[in-house]
Amino acid sequence: MADLKYKVIVGLEIHVQLCTKSKMFCGCAVEFGAEPNSRVCPVCLGMPGVLPVMNKQAFEYAVMVGLALNCRIPMFTKWDRKSYYYPDLPKNYQISQYDLPLSENGYIEIPLESSQTKRIGIIRAHLEEDAGKNLHATGNFSQVDLNRTGTPLLEIVTEPDMNSGAEVRALAVELQRMVRFLGVSEADMQKGHMRFEPNINLIITRGDGEFRTPITEIKNLNSFRALERSVNYEAQRQLDEFIETGIVMEMGNKTTRGWDDEKEVTVLQREKEEAHDYRYFPDPDLVPVELTQQWLDEIKSRLCELPLKKQMRYVQEYCLSDYDAGVLTADRSTADFFDEAVKAGGEPKRLCNLITQTGLKITKEKNCSINDLSVTPQSLADLAKMVEDSIISAGSAATIFEAMVETGKEPDVLAQELNLIQKSDAGELEKIVDTVLMENPQAVEDVTSGGKKEKKAMGFLLGQVMQKTKGQANPKVVSEILAKKLG
Amino acid sequence: MARRIDQQQVRKVAKLSRLDLTDHELEEFTSQLGAILEYVEKMNKLNTDNVEPLAHCLPVSNVFREDCVKESIGTERALANAPERDESFFKVPKILDDGSGA
Repeated sequence: MADLKYKVIVGLEIHVQLCTKSKMFCGCAVEFGAEPNSRVCPVCLGMPGVLPVMNKQAFEYAVMVGLALNCRIPMFTKWDRKSYYYPDLPKNYQISQYDLPLSENGYIEIPLESSQTKRIGIIRAHLEEDAGKNLHATGNFSQVDLNRTGTPLLEIVTEPDMNSGAEVRALAVELQRMVRFLGVSEADMQKGHMRFEPNINLIITRGDGEFRTPITEIKNLNSFRALERSVNYEAQRQLDEFIETGIVMEMGNKTTRGWDDEKEVTVLQREKEEAHDYRYFPDPDLVPVELTQQWLDEIKSRLCELPLKKQMRYVQEYCLSDYDAGVLTADRSTADFFDEAVKAGGEPKRLCNLITQTGLKITKEKNCSINDLSVTPQSLADLAKMVEDSIISAGSAATIFEAMVETGKEPDVLAQELNLIQKSDAGELEKIVDTVLMENPQAVEDVTSGGKKEKKAMGFLLGQVMQKTKGQANPKVVSEILAKKLG
Repeated sequence: MARRIDQQQVRKVAKLSRLDLTDHELEEFTSQLGAILEYVEKMNKLNTDNVEPLAHCLPVSNVFREDCVKESIGTERALANAPERDESFFKVPKILDDGSGA
């Protein structure tokens, strides 16, 4: 087809499970992997005559995310019932928010290639309760576990501002990092704490005009990989379908598809015609929430510097690479530790290397956070300073860091104990240099006569001095002495 | 006066509610629902130009609980009224067309 161009248009609906101890409207524990139907009570079982009561923490967590997403936070918000007919929510409705959500009209910045960012609009974020789990085991029946029923869930809806699978993935990853920084969700994909539903279509332009393909929604994706791949697959599928049939978007021809993880294809899901007639109405059991400016300010004060902003600050202020800054801001404990160590006087680049190359290797082995390593930011800053002051070599710093983790001792003590203090005493080093020069007349000859062998010979002599001092000589001082004697 | 609701609409609402109505019930509910709607229709005669939309009928807001875990009732009691169970699960007819999930 001549001159056909297309643009992928994607909007995303994301469900994020908030990490409260108890459920949204009752005191049952939110607990993954408990015995089926052991974390339930008359409220979440949907028994008649019960009264749901809002979890204050869940509401405040939701407002925090709304603020972090730059949303407008209305001072009045309320609850609605959404009709629902599957056994994993036995009330036959889901408590959700319809016309007065707790936040709307915001945006999120997402990182793209080469330190660029893109702003994606947020239509709204509202609270609702999660459903339980239907398990389709063997035989002609299904099993229902209602432990998850009533878990607080934040639904975030973006504008259709994304134009590729990679952008959709970037938003999902950024949102995960954000809610973890805020401490409002574990956002553990394996436990289904984040679920995604992209809406996709194409704008196609070719000689005879501009066309929009029918929108498809892909249901219930729970990994970044599936999210990105399903969007890319769906874009290609819609393009092929348009070229073959010429089908374009019309009222009512939106379809729902599932993602087959094994075959890596989307599959059309059959739905009843009126399936989307949710018939929302205000929940008479729950009273509205009215914020005061004071309460809102108090919630606002719990926000922290958000990860992408922090990452960009590290690049600009400390000249770290985008990659290193990304590693440091992947989780809040590491970023906070780094910030503290910088405040304690450590050189940022040096601290970054210590943390990313040694610290995170250890935390990965021990499967813990950097705060669990019995090394304070101050001690690490001291260690970094010892390298800056040429008291120890950069290589020794890694060894000392590991020993600090093992023993809990301070870096200067360990440097002594492990005999890693560099010799910088020029007088002492000069004697060693003299010995080396005497023992290696050929190399001396190569240096003094100049030419192409000079550099290599110089390196060889430096190496010999380092060997004689068991690596404890300060290479900078040795180089100076060598240059002086052979120059 | 035009009917407030016809059988077609009642049939649709019944279907959405997963209710299987007999022809007799359909007729009965159509007239009952019509009478209710007609009664409520009287409200439309009021002038509400200067009345704020009502989100809730009680003049109360912000009823919260702290995020504290309370004891659940336990699997056995939870399943006590279930028509059928399969070990610790509720057992239900096989769900076809599973569009479930929040």
